[in-house]
Amino acid sequence: MSGAYCEKLARINLSTGEIKVEKLDLALAHKFIGGRGLGTKMLYDEGVAAVDPLSPANKLIYITGPMTGTQSPSSGRYMVVTKSPLTGMIACSNSGGIWGAKLKYAGWDAIIVEGEAPEWTYLTIEDDKIGLHKAEEYLGMMSEELDEVLRAKHGEDASVLNIGPAGEKKVLLAAILNDKDRAAGRSGVGAVMGSKKLKAIVVRAARRDLDNIADSEALKAANLRALRAIGANPVTGSGLRQLGTAVLVNIVNNIGAFPTNNWQGSYDTQGEAISGETLAEKYLVKPHACHRCPIACGRIVNVNGHVCGGPEYEPLWAYGGNCGNDDLNIIDECNRLCNEYGLDAISTPCTIAAAMELYQRGYIREEECGGVPLVWGSTRALVEWTRRMGDPESDLAWLMSSGSARLCEHYGHPEFSMSVKKQEMPAYDARAIQGIGITYATSNRGGCHVRGYMISPEVLGLPQQLDRTAIDGKAAWAKIFQDLTAVIDSMGNCLFTSFALGAQEYTDLLNAATGTHHTAEEVLQIGDRIYNIERMFNKAAGMKPEEDRLPRRLMTEPVADGPSEGMLSKIEITLPMYYEARGWVNAFPTDETLKKLGLDECVGK
Amino acid sequence: MIEVRVFATLRQGREKITLLPAGGFPTAADVLRQLGIPAEAVSILLINGFHSKPENPVKDGDILALFPPVGGG
Repeated sequence: MSGAYCEKLARINLSTGEIKVEKLDLALAHKFIGGRGLGTKMLYDEGVAAVDPLSPANKLIYITGPMTGTQSPSSGRYMVVTKSPLTGMIACSNSGGIWGAKLKYAGWDAIIVEGEAPEWTYLTIEDDKIGLHKAEEYLGMMSEELDEVLRAKHGEDASVLNIGPAGEKKVLLAAILNDKDRAAGRSGVGAVMGSKKLKAIVVRAARRDLDNIADSEALKAANLRALRAIGANPVTGSGLRQLGTAVLVNIVNNIGAFPTNNWQGSYDTQGEAISGETLAEKYLVKPHACHRCPIACGRIVNVNGHVCGGPEYEPLWAYGGNCGNDDLNIIDECNRLCNEYGLDAISTPCTIAAAMELYQRGYIREEECGGVPLVWGSTRALVEWTRRMGDPESDLAWLMSSGSARLCEHYGHPEFSMSVKKQEMPAYDARAIQGIGITYATSNRGGCHVRGYMISPEVLGLPQQLDRTAIDGKAAWAKIFQDLTAVIDSMGNCLFTSFALGAQEYTDLLNAATGTHHTAEEVLQIGDRIYNIERMFNKAAGMKPEEDRLPRRLMTEPVADGPSEGMLSKIEITLPMYYEARGWVNAFPTDETLKKLGLDECVGK
Repeated sequence: MIEVRVFATLRQGREKITLLPAGGFPTAADVLRQLGIPAEAVSILLINGFHSKPENPVKDGDILALFPPVGGG
């Protein structure tokens, strides 16, 4: 009894056209759960850490978790695991919609794509039939049109995953989109797909459910408990449905942790204009839910008459305050362009912000701007430079499309890139919130908030209120959040369920679905194991210890304005505390830690 | 004056910003009572940007920001 896994993987070599059906190593799957954990372990074992990310030697794993496609709440997630061309380290980009569930219903746990196609290709997966098709005619097509064209061709019930023009041109900030406006956004996974000349993957499945749950009665009971907890919790029960993640704009701004103008300020006097409340009032059409999700945090908005997916908190901040812009309609438009071109909607505007600071300081000259100067708050610049980064032609557009780290390095001023490991940090000022700084500095995929969402306790008071300025205990909290997040990602559930559910609830769901008998402590230990295999992948990829750090600005330039004026990050104190909590020395796990976590194969590496 | 900012669903039936004389409202709880907001409806209570409790004192010039239970990511 396999228990929620399909036990089938497809390995597709685009260079040769060969398609191999492989059996899932169930013991390995149980050890790393699935999704993020299993995908990373597989890439580690197959030596991908050492390859050139845009070469045929890189591999893309589109992988689900055991819970994906079950009736578990918010369980439609899949992830794209590969070596990132942006960071040179592990990439695991997570997305919702319905594509992941469809892949499970078609009978596959994961698809592994290797090599490089001789000509542009797209894949179809229709239950157990996998086909390779010419994709030349779809080059240049944007996400929404491509979704409609491919579904008209293969079936309206199909789910489409694709890259846009950005991925085709191997832009380092390229994302992978699915179901029009859900994104595996970060770390340039779209560029890897483009480097393989793979334009899209279309999935169809006759089934609409899984029939191999280990203990259906236990899962039904666990699902019901989870649904009740999600419904009773004010955040997941109604808060996120009403205003989406956009609700954070006013909260983060009112504590003075809302970076403005590329982190030169931290309080936006126009914050109300780009807030979730204003979005709901002026542009919201309705909320939107992914597959089997009761939370419905998605926004459907009206952008100049076009109804489409709307912005999350991060792009609202990044195209808003961080670029000195208070025009919400333009943010909606830029977010739409990111979905269409297939661009990371956090890194793209953060790179525009870095470019605006370089322009402000005279390092980027007007002559380089092709008629669209990079002036703070210029709505024309936001729209036009997003387009240019999505389909670069000029030198500056190419530079910007490679992210803020390479852009700022080129102009001799790397200090203006607000990134970690070359991936742009999201929307919370780590000078004003100490714990999120630990997450930013130590996330295995670079600047990222979701990998250990310390905002939950430090700002939202969930599960309890921590003092955002304090450092005591933050390292231990960050580790627990990171470990539990690794579990949730690997299971295939949406991270937002964690506002309402705890380790025990996830353990009950996982045991019932897969037939394992873990305790909550054991499940958290699996999360620890997953976090460490990612770190060992990075070590094998050549990561240096000093890459666990925050941009210099956060340690040397105190917050300039607002309620958190004067604050600095204390990462120099919290980082050693974090390493101690992890059992790491100099950024990497000790042999003792590796053995304790059952990663003997990594000892001595 | 004390400036009281309310957000999200707390705006239903209320002004976004209310000004109150400091002398009449020594604690945040007094402010909540004045606005007809039950304490349990407020998940985040900020005084000048810092998380506080209803029993915290408020003084002239303070800015209160009140949020119902919310989430994000």
